[in-house]
Amino acid sequence: MSQPTPAKRRSIMTRLHLRERIRDRDQAIYGVLLLGALVFPLATLYASGGSTAYIAQAAHAGTWVLLAIGLNVVVGFAGLLDLGYAAFFAIGAYTYALFASAQLGSSPLHHNFHLPFWIMLFIGMFVAAGFGVLLGFPTLRLRGDYLAIVTLGFGEIVPVLSYNLPQWTGGINAIGGIDQPWLPAWITGPWAGADSVSVIQNSTCRNPLDQSHFVPCFNFSFDPVAFYVLVVIMIIVAVILVNNLYRSRLGRAWMAIREDEVAAAAMGINTVTTKLLAFAIGASFSGFAGAYYGAIFSLVSPDDFLFIVSITVLVMVVLGGMGNITGVIVGALVIYFVLNTLLPSLASNSESIANAVGLGSLNAQHGDWPGLYAEVQRLQFLIFGLILVLIMLLRPQGLFPSRVREQELKHAAVQEEASAVEEGARA
Amino acid sequence: MSLPDYGFYIIAGTGIVLLAAQAVIHPTAFIQITIFGLADGAMYALVALGYTMVYGIIELINFAHGDVFTLGAYIAAAVLGFFAIDETNFSTVNLIALLLVFPVVMLIMGGINITIERVAYRPLRNAPRLAPLITAIGMSFILEGIMFVWHGPASVHFPDLLPHGPAFQTTIGGVFFTFKDVFVVVTTVILVSLLAIFINRTKLGKAMRATAQDRDAAQLMGIDINRTIAATFFIGALLAGAGGMIWGLYFNNLFYNLGFRTGLVAFTSAVFGGIGNIPGAAIGGLLIGLIAAYSDSYIGSKWTEVMIFGILILVLVFRPTGLLGMRVPEK
Repeated sequence: MSQPTPAKRRSIMTRLHLRERIRDRDQAIYGVLLLGALVFPLATLYASGGSTAYIAQAAHAGTWVLLAIGLNVVVGFAGLLDLGYAAFFAIGAYTYALFASAQLGSSPLHHNFHLPFWIMLFIGMFVAAGFGVLLGFPTLRLRGDYLAIVTLGFGEIVPVLSYNLPQWTGGINAIGGIDQPWLPAWITGPWAGADSVSVIQNSTCRNPLDQSHFVPCFNFSFDPVAFYVLVVIMIIVAVILVNNLYRSRLGRAWMAIREDEVAAAAMGINTVTTKLLAFAIGASFSGFAGAYYGAIFSLVSPDDFLFIVSITVLVMVVLGGMGNITGVIVGALVIYFVLNTLLPSLASNSESIANAVGLGSLNAQHGDWPGLYAEVQRLQFLIFGLILVLIMLLRPQGLFPSRVREQELKHAAVQEEASAVEEGARA
Repeated sequence: MSLPDYGFYIIAGTGIVLLAAQAVIHPTAFIQITIFGLADGAMYALVALGYTMVYGIIELINFAHGDVFTLGAYIAAAVLGFFAIDETNFSTVNLIALLLVFPVVMLIMGGINITIERVAYRPLRNAPRLAPLITAIGMSFILEGIMFVWHGPASVHFPDLLPHGPAFQTTIGGVFFTFKDVFVVVTTVILVSLLAIFINRTKLGKAMRATAQDRDAAQLMGIDINRTIAATFFIGALLAGAGGMIWGLYFNNLFYNLGFRTGLVAFTSAVFGGIGNIPGAAIGGLLIGLIAAYSDSYIGSKWTEVMIFGILILVLVFRPTGLLGMRVPEK
């Protein structure tokens, strides 16, 4: 009698298709990013002896990652150049700020609203998407670059409006004291920290149904770790959503429009609706990020939404690799790192390097020389510009271009070569 | 005529009627504001021409162009430092300096812009469409950085060398004129006319128009594309350099990121007139200058930006290719 041989247990590597995934570049990047998101807070907490400053930085960077993912839908997928993306970001942030602070009490409405963050996150999203439709509906029949200028104009108008309507938006004084997100007390977990019990007992949050009463809760109260966890979850959700969109019928319609609008229309794609959806979905991510931005800083000022913000997000998308989600995430992180860590610390770093290599005399100020610190600080603009130009010249497709696009371009190049050879043979 | 056209005429008509009412009620104030607007608009027009020429030929929004304009003014201020300029009275030295510095600065800026094109845009001519846009933004940061390192964040004084003072201003029927206003408008008209003659009458101008229309076909006809595009950048920078100098002469005050705002408004003017269209850019610049001046005085300067961009969006909704742009099918 022969015993049935037990089914061979497949290793975890095989079951999760890990080998194939590592070979696929994008999957590998996702893996590295996820691992990094997990390891980063632990590593920095350990390395800096419990300081959460780095985690706070990463939580801010998350806003930009969300923005870049959203703009990628408009610019990368549908091929519509949007130069006013910060406007939708502002709309999301102001929506949250107005309905979660004392601001509306001093406005002509004379009534405070303190709606919970979790609801406002989605309301901010829909309001931003609504403005996207409102702006896009009359203007999407414009040819590519005229659309860019319309969005640019809209992006200029929104901050000016928030400067000029101080009774609603606080104007130059900004809206401060915005509510922090909170979770009900019964949801305890690692985010509450070791002393979660005391955190919960000491903080009080407005009962959403009866705003004059307070309920025990876990309040985020500027805790970087809590915001970090929140933004990582938000980014994961956004990536899953956008990936699904990319593979859907709508996603394919976007690519078709990007490549050739006339041909796409001939294939039966309703170009206006499809472009409008790209616009609205892109705007909704921005609104999402805006609500988060309002919560993390608890302050929303018109200065945060100027043209330079739109430009920065566009740079992140193009530099990372248009149309490729992993590319734009990496692009956003790289540009955020350059702008917020590398450039500001360059001056003091160069000072200490000069000291280390024996050029300490450079640090002192004499005559026209303002000292190395001041000089390097002045050079920041120039260095950022050089970084942008150099990366684009070295990798015109972006850091991690979309695989499909890469193949197409390679294919086109090969075809061109082939036809050239053919012509040569004929001649 | 279609429905959108009616919408456009209704909006334009309303604006004109409101302004006409102002003109009838306070004629002197209205004419005064118009003069300011024309002087501002002339400078925007000079910058807008550079945007529209570059866009017309390689479909690139050249974000660095506004900074080329500012750099022109900075270099002019530096070159003028070599002359013993009399800022109180208009001396012969001033006249010589003025006549010398104009061509010198224009040529320097032309050279700089050709270099920028060679380094930052030409290698990317066959890259994805947005890649040169990012290098243009990068170049804009670099130019601003150069000016920042050069003079720091404080504003820079531009020698006040044009004739000014009581002898060079006059009041005609309650309207106040200065020599500067006349100078700005006249210089701009001369430069734009020269450009129009160049584009329409010379061989290189013809090559530019051909390249703008269809680059491949132009190349097949034996036009040197690289040379033509470089020439476009050169001429755009000549005008921007002149514009920067005129700005300096008019306002006597510069700062390193002046080109950012001016460039944005100038680009808006170019789109307003119909991008790629040279008379369109000039007219668009003048119109934007006028709109800004009227809005400054009749509505309040804090709403000017909203007015400029709001009108722009409305015009584009009803006339998708700008005021003078042709309705060409998508390539």
